[in-house]
Amino acid sequence: MASPRREQRRVGGSERIGLYTLLRLERGGLEAGLPGQFFMLDVPGHIMPRPFSICLAEKDELAFLINPVGPATRVLCELERGQKIGLFGPLGNGFRTDVKRPLLVGGGIGVAPFPYAAQVMGNPPVVLGFRTARQAEAAQLVPKAEVCIEPQLVTELIPGVPMDVLACGPEPMLHAVHALVPDAQLAWEAPMACGFGACYGCVVELDGKSRRLCVEGPVLNGRPPALPLIDDEEEEAEA
Amino acid sequence: MILNASGCLDALTAPRVARSLDIYVAKTITPEPMSGNPQPRLAETDFGLLNSIGLQNPGVESFCAEILPRLEELGMPFWISVGGANAADYARVCERIGERESVSALELNLSCPNVDPAAAGAAEIVAACRAVSDKPLYAKLSPHLPDVAEVATGVIEAGASGLTLVNSLRGLVLDEWTLEPRLGRGVGGYSGAAMRPVALAAVYLCYEATKGAVPIVGVGGVQNGKQALDLIAAGASAVALGSVLFGDLEAPERVRTELEQEALARGFERPGEARGAAHRPSAG
Repeated sequence: MASPRREQRRVGGSERIGLYTLLRLERGGLEAGLPGQFFMLDVPGHIMPRPFSICLAEKDELAFLINPVGPATRVLCELERGQKIGLFGPLGNGFRTDVKRPLLVGGGIGVAPFPYAAQVMGNPPVVLGFRTARQAEAAQLVPKAEVCIEPQLVTELIPGVPMDVLACGPEPMLHAVHALVPDAQLAWEAPMACGFGACYGCVVELDGKSRRLCVEGPVLNGRPPALPLIDDEEEEAEA
Repeated sequence: MILNASGCLDALTAPRVARSLDIYVAKTITPEPMSGNPQPRLAETDFGLLNSIGLQNPGVESFCAEILPRLEELGMPFWISVGGANAADYARVCERIGERESVSALELNLSCPNVDPAAAGAAEIVAACRAVSDKPLYAKLSPHLPDVAEVATGVIEAGASGLTLVNSLRGLVLDEWTLEPRLGRGVGGYSGAAMRPVALAAVYLCYEATKGAVPIVGVGGVQNGKQALDLIAAGASAVALGSVLFGDLEAPERVRTELEQEALARGFERPGEARGAAHRPSAG
């Protein structure tokens, strides 16, 4: 698994995709990690970095899909080409992508990890659900995605045959997917201050167990946690 | 000496960062497991962070069986933070953990803003812990105390070996649209740069009240060496880093180097020589 690194990177570009913004950062020597892993992005003028899953990983750039829901995400959406920001990653546990009958299930901004996942997995079937048509414009990032808009729910698009589901979306959607497909790999979201297990801010409870999403997730029922995260080997590797 | 503030670093997920400290302080342990507070537990606010973790921990038995042996493998000095709902709770954890030679000291978290406060007075808790453990006991006090120096002298008389000053300050942040609290529990603990003058005042007053006779760990918003030196000048013998660690894994080494340089620039060969400098009337 790739060791997380903290780097300063230039904004390569930023484009509106419906309500969301795709922020492209120069990649440099950063590892992209696995689909479902995330980076902490520093936000100019803010204290707490914010976690974003890797949306696209090209040779020269990493891209993150950002929903401008608050002051910090709005700052990130307004960054201009050439500005530098810090990022730290890849962090957390990604999806298992070596599955036999893959189906990617995304809800709203939960589409974010799937362009990269689809690329790694050779464009498997994808179903995406959104609240509005403007949000649904983000579906263009994932080839051949089947899309629905509320009141239709994305769980209605999951076929009644056994599939290996990789899901990301709001908590009610994840619970609904979990109920339909108990062994689905679910990517969760919670505010986090550190990204490496220190703050206990991102703990969620699933099946009666509390889990730190940054080190045990964000994908639960995915790859097993690899601890420690920031160890001496990394120091030697960097030296 | 550079430490981490309890709850701001997990040595098992980031051992390299822990080893860059002089002492690692583990997250608070209570007698029974605690599942912590509901989400959301974190929110950014003006000049700092608000947290409402709620002392989530596996309880002392599970800690001793599963976590303590792994901390011992780190091969570095470490303290354990101790919590509870009453004096007997604190004493039970101190007694259980105090059996382990590897634990250099126990820090009594007498001040978590995210759980209901212990009914017992700080001195009573310290006395109960002193009765069951010979380890150095550090009393971590709240910035809410109307007279922190009076409580400090009280806990020292009750058997505390040192002080940790201060815990986070209670704060509230509202959602910009719903105007409801952003944290699941409503209020939370405020940390970050705005804590610096608060911590500085507590350290200053307690150093004066204890005449510099006990070690004091200064905690609160330290992000660089000069800010660490300020705490030492006010009376701290060591400085703990808190929320700065979330965004800067190199902070311990950086702050240590800056601290040495800032002390030298003011004529102190070692940072420790600056301890209490703020109290000398002719300083400067």
